[in-house]
Amino acid sequence: MNIALIAVLAPIITQTLVYSTPLVFTALGGTFSERSGIVNVGLEGIMVMGAFSSVVFNLTFAETFGAATPWLACLVGGVVGMLFSLLHAVATINLRADHIISGTVVNLMAPALGIFLIKVIYGKGQTDTITESFGYFSFPILKDIPILGDLFFKQTTLPAFVAILVAILSWFVLFKTRFGLRLRAVGENPQAADTLGINVYVMRYAGVLISGFLGGIGGAVFAQTIAGRFAVTTIAGQGFISMAAMIFGKWNPLGAMGAALFFGFAQNISIAGSSLPVISSIPAVYLQAAPYVLTIIVLVVFLGKASGPKAIGKNYIKSK
Amino acid sequence: MNNRSERLRNILVPILSVLMGFILGAIIMLISGQDPIAGYQAMLKTAFQSPKSIGEIFVTAGPLIFTALGFAVANSAGFFNIGLSGQALCGWVTSIWVALSMPDAPRMVVLPVAVLAGALAGAMAAAIPGLLRAFFGTSEVIVTIMLNYVFLYTSTHIVNNVMSKDLMTNKGVTKVIGENASLRTGFLKELSSGSRLNIGIFMAVIFLVLIWFLMKKTTLGYEIRSVGLNPFASEYAGMSSKRTIVMSMVISGTLAGLGGVVLGLGTFGNFFVQGSSLSIGFDGMAISLLGAGSSVGIFLSAILFSVLKLGGQGMPLRAGVPIELVDVVIAAIIFFVAISYLIRFLLAKASGSKKEVAVVEELVGKSDPTSQEGGKI
Repeated sequence: MNIALIAVLAPIITQTLVYSTPLVFTALGGTFSERSGIVNVGLEGIMVMGAFSSVVFNLTFAETFGAATPWLACLVGGVVGMLFSLLHAVATINLRADHIISGTVVNLMAPALGIFLIKVIYGKGQTDTITESFGYFSFPILKDIPILGDLFFKQTTLPAFVAILVAILSWFVLFKTRFGLRLRAVGENPQAADTLGINVYVMRYAGVLISGFLGGIGGAVFAQTIAGRFAVTTIAGQGFISMAAMIFGKWNPLGAMGAALFFGFAQNISIAGSSLPVISSIPAVYLQAAPYVLTIIVLVVFLGKASGPKAIGKNYIKSK
Repeated sequence: MNNRSERLRNILVPILSVLMGFILGAIIMLISGQDPIAGYQAMLKTAFQSPKSIGEIFVTAGPLIFTALGFAVANSAGFFNIGLSGQALCGWVTSIWVALSMPDAPRMVVLPVAVLAGALAGAMAAAIPGLLRAFFGTSEVIVTIMLNYVFLYTSTHIVNNVMSKDLMTNKGVTKVIGENASLRTGFLKELSSGSRLNIGIFMAVIFLVLIWFLMKKTTLGYEIRSVGLNPFASEYAGMSSKRTIVMSMVISGTLAGLGGVVLGLGTFGNFFVQGSSLSIGFDGMAISLLGAGSSVGIFLSAILFSVLKLGGQGMPLRAGVPIELVDVVIAAIIFFVAISYLIRFLLAKASGSKKEVAVVEELVGKSDPTSQEGGKI
């Protein structure tokens, strides 16, 4: 492979990873929630809260923590996302709310609350640009591997590799641990699970809270790699694309990760495409709409009726 | 089971939800160091300051009633039409496009054509998820969410690249439609001392009655409702659930499209590129839920939301409260409607009768362990 080709491919791979990372985290979150039986349309709102809190944290503590700031801000975003998802959890698990309505409330609430607080804190409708963002990263040693090193490990984005690790870990947790088995059981047949002594409510709380944590991280990563600040349009559809990635990946963490990488590639192409030969001749609208249209097509062609965990979207009421 | 206290609870739930939404808003204002009383006073003063502002309340309410009705129709067939924003957007763009393409035609021709075209656009936009649901069992929730984005980008594309340049004033902003296609009239403008008041609100009220009639007095309405209650039983009784699914979505989309038409031909008079999904979509959904899908409920909720939205604009100036508080309050109201089980339960407890509590538990606790159908999403 010649050097010119590497020079073209390497940035595309890196940018694809940049755009995929938030989607991977959030889609994994969605997988946990839906595997436990709780539909989470609120991923978009959870991402907004993650983005909001991470940017505020980043702006406030950039000087204290220096280069570690974005990583800490991600944790903050995750925790805030988790707290916010508690709203959805309480409503759907204990209070018998419709999952779609509750999720939509999360989506309606988050941007309004975020901008409200930004205005209260900073006195304007959007924040300044953060100074400590996730920069580019070169892996020691690995970057010296010929070709592969240039393509994947030099001047790349570290959070993407963390996301991939988390995806593998999530797969292990869901399919190889007792916790995962119980979570899935609760999503498939809560009555049976209850009979076996699994606490349905606790497992469902775990599912939703994990989705809040990962979704918050997703939003935080997006804000700190791509947007650089928080405004009302910072998260525009990312959460829904993540949901699409989760469905694409058939509620399997590795599948969701693969789909998220693909959507990240599609998003990157629609943004960077104007400078690429063939692609610049395609009207932007096709590239922008592609992930959404693809999702619909995949749903129609490959998934059909019986898909996803069986008890999803159904409230479980413990009988006495 | 529909006893008197249950009916009382049905009325109390939305009222208490609104009240609790406002209280939550007040708490948020207090925590963030603002004066809630000043905030809400500013809201009311702004909304009711003049005949013009009162006119604007009805201007805002018109499109909202349409999208709320749209949600209600689909919802009674058991579907969540989250695509109201996209369908309304289709109606908005189409009606403006048609109106601008016929600048010299008489009003009697342009206005009906533009309105019908917008309604049709909304209907077609909603037919896609309806058909997919009917024939492939695809979740309408996902499809409508995805389509919202598709239509959002398409509308931008149409305005920037497809519409002829003589229909535009700036990039992304169309010209204002002529008198001949406007829903505004001189009389209404004068009546409300210069507001954008237009016949959209009257159309909305007419449709409130029409849809009530359709749902309660016609066979189609009966079929839609019975499919919503039990699709299998309806099929068994000889109704075509496929046809009903598509019909209910088409009616829903038509109404959402009309919401966009009123927004275009009435409120704004032009189209401009949108940065995100139209808020009348989600607000319409919220209004429908708050109004429990009933005509009177939807009308009252739409007026309430309009007062909130318009009054909210005065809050930053008069009380230093960011306007976003209004959306927080709206979201909170819907949250309380969503967890109405809690409110009903507490109301029943408060009445001190064990039987009442049992009634509530029975009514809300309709989980079906025998259903083998796949999940919603």
